[in-house]
Amino acid sequence: MNALLKLEGLSVRLPQGADRSHALREVSLSLQPNEILCVVGESGSGKSMTANAVMRLLPTGVVIDQGQVMFGGRDLASLDEAEMRAVRGAGIAMIFQEPMTALNPLRTIGDQIGEMLKIHTQLSASAISARVLERLAEVRIPDPAMTIRAYPHELSGGQRQRAMIAMALALDPKVLIADEPTTALDVTTQAQILALIRDLQARKGTGVLFITHDFGVVAEIADRVAVMQHGKVVELGTTHEVLRHPQHPYTRQLIGAVPQLKAPPPRAISAETILSIEDVSKTYRTGGFLRRGARVTHAVRDVSLNLPKGGTLGIVGESGSGKSTLARCIVRLIEPDKGVIRLGATNILALGGEDLRRQRARVQMVFQDPFGSLNPRRKAGDLVAQGPIIHGVPRAEAEARAKELFELVGLDPASTDRFPHEFSGGQRQRIGLARALALQPDVLVADEPVSALDVSVQAQVLKLLADLRTRLGLSLVFITHDLRVAAQVCDLVAVMKDGLVVESGPTAQVFEHPEHAYTQALLGSIPGRSFALNQDG
Amino acid sequence: MQGLIRALLAGVEVMTLLRAYCRSPSAVAGLLLLALVVVMATTAGWLFPRDPLALAGRPLVWPGDNPRFYLGTDNSGRDIAAQIFHGARISLLIGLVATSIAIVIGVVIGAISGYYGGWVDTALMRVTEAFQTLPNFLLLLVLVAVFGSNLMTVTIAIGVVSWPAPARLTRAEFLSFRNREFVQACRTLGMKDRQIIFREILPNALPPVIVYASVVMAVAILLESALAFLRLSDPNVASWGNLIGLGRDVLRIQWYVSAIPGLAILLTVLAVSLVGQGLNDALNPRLKGR
Repeated sequence: MNALLKLEGLSVRLPQGADRSHALREVSLSLQPNEILCVVGESGSGKSMTANAVMRLLPTGVVIDQGQVMFGGRDLASLDEAEMRAVRGAGIAMIFQEPMTALNPLRTIGDQIGEMLKIHTQLSASAISARVLERLAEVRIPDPAMTIRAYPHELSGGQRQRAMIAMALALDPKVLIADEPTTALDVTTQAQILALIRDLQARKGTGVLFITHDFGVVAEIADRVAVMQHGKVVELGTTHEVLRHPQHPYTRQLIGAVPQLKAPPPRAISAETILSIEDVSKTYRTGGFLRRGARVTHAVRDVSLNLPKGGTLGIVGESGSGKSTLARCIVRLIEPDKGVIRLGATNILALGGEDLRRQRARVQMVFQDPFGSLNPRRKAGDLVAQGPIIHGVPRAEAEARAKELFELVGLDPASTDRFPHEFSGGQRQRIGLARALALQPDVLVADEPVSALDVSVQAQVLKLLADLRTRLGLSLVFITHDLRVAAQVCDLVAVMKDGLVVESGPTAQVFEHPEHAYTQALLGSIPGRSFALNQDG
Repeated sequence: MQGLIRALLAGVEVMTLLRAYCRSPSAVAGLLLLALVVVMATTAGWLFPRDPLALAGRPLVWPGDNPRFYLGTDNSGRDIAAQIFHGARISLLIGLVATSIAIVIGVVIGAISGYYGGWVDTALMRVTEAFQTLPNFLLLLVLVAVFGSNLMTVTIAIGVVSWPAPARLTRAEFLSFRNREFVQACRTLGMKDRQIIFREILPNALPPVIVYASVVMAVAILLESALAFLRLSDPNVASWGNLIGLGRDVLRIQWYVSAIPGLAILLTVLAVSLVGQGLNDALNPRLKGR
């Protein structure tokens, strides 16, 4: 069969001063009609650069210096801008990771989809709006007639991504490039969008080049898989071959790092409770004048949970479930409206002023963003030593302890006088962990500590966390949206939805015999579930 | 303060900054011009040891007519060159001191306003707006009329009318930083608000404010000249503005009396602006590598 899109020895050069000379090195791939080819890799592997090179949407200074991109008998790499514009949208369409920024916030959805047709076809205005309606119905947006007139902010993330797909498929392109289209979405929405892409692709016979970092998604959607590392394709084959019998060591390492959904055998948990949360609620009011027409959001509603000493309590849920708000209530970055949070015997919500400042050392937090959670202008060692110094430890002693902590979290103690930007994402997360541990807290609250990391780095950080937990006897509250991660580290889990805890209990019990419908839906939406469950581990 | 400067210098690697700065020819030209003004100010006492306001010769000698006064003399027979050199001191002094006052007030108000938000922010911003709606030159005139016009009060008054813009800028920076995770991390460590504001956030928020300081400095020099032109500045110091004010009486024939200090002001303000622009480009990461 003739390939729809064929990349032959494609190399893309980076500007001087970049960390390597080429973003892509002799990448050869071919996309057949009616197939989904997944390009999978970690950050910096060149997977998105491949997509951008095909569309010729490369940043300034980045150029294709070798090879061909054959599409419809022409080499896209040698077309001029005008010819390229005719290919984009009509021949090859693209959908992006973040549908909010990919859509123009000041124009209606119908207008933006219609624009595609206006540019590339001679259709009349009424024909265009009929076509737009038809496309929106195709992507199964609830109430397409309303959606045409809606602005992007009026739609949910999943609906926006559906609108993006409708726009991309408006002209029936032969090839669809999807660059991490579900990464920003919740897992239940992700499952729906994946099903939609699969379904539309099969119906129209489109070739889909699907860029992702998630092997679960690959297992779910791909016909064939290309694994990329450092700008090269290291393995290429059918999904079954690559996932079941990976040849290249890098592929094996990546697949091995994917967390299993199956919980490890339960650990013995102490009967003593260290942290108890009783009827905690937090409500936000926004907008409205004198309370009229104000929008009320119940971020956390009457949540009661207990954390046993030395145990790990996972709080899982999708975005907007209130899990991060709850975490911030525990460390008192947010003041709950009501309820009691007891640490040992003290109600920490009743503390104020100097008492509160002293108490803060007992509950520490690890943050999500490895880039935003460290002050860029302080040395790594300072960041770790800061906490103890505030609480009265002499500087020299605190600095010596910082070096010990660096060792403990697996960093080079000599690197304490480097700045955060000189570390990788995983290393920064270790610095954040060292900073939290420096105060020898009773309870550590980790808010999505690994969700911004690549899967292999994620596995290392999780391993470190599990290791420290046993060595230091840490009690951990672990917030995550990823049930696979929760299954790996948590003794107990609580599932949150719309501010409520819908189900809680020992991890194995909740995951193997979920009682609440929402927990079942969450578990059922995990991409590549069958693959993850069948894997021996 | 020392810790702050250290943190600031450490974060932005000085060499990289310098290299980025030197890439723009206009920024280098600005720096050279500014250096020239500084040299004039430092050598004034050595080149013109006499009081620049003392009578030196016949009044209104054209530049070049008498080799003793190569920039000529003003209407009371004082050496213009001496006044220009000594005036450089006054202009730089007023520029630096007034700018420091404006930046310190602005940063403190902007930082508190941006960090705390809520009613503190509302109250402080209303005050700032009240200052902004008054034309600052009018306010300056009122202050000088009330407190008199010696060099110190004039400098302080210029500083006091110039703080609202840096305050708003600092506030905007703080608004974007206060919810960053590293600030939250500081709070969970139990750090005091004062420490978070001045030692953690401020070094991050400062670069655009420092760039803006060049604008404040240029305006401060101009404000002093404008006051002097109206003869409301300190008459007992040799400032460029005073010289322009004097030259006003003989503007149609001996125009050089006003033109020479005018040119000096123009070049100084230009130099400060170019340096500010160059700093802005060097500190702005988005322009890197273009």
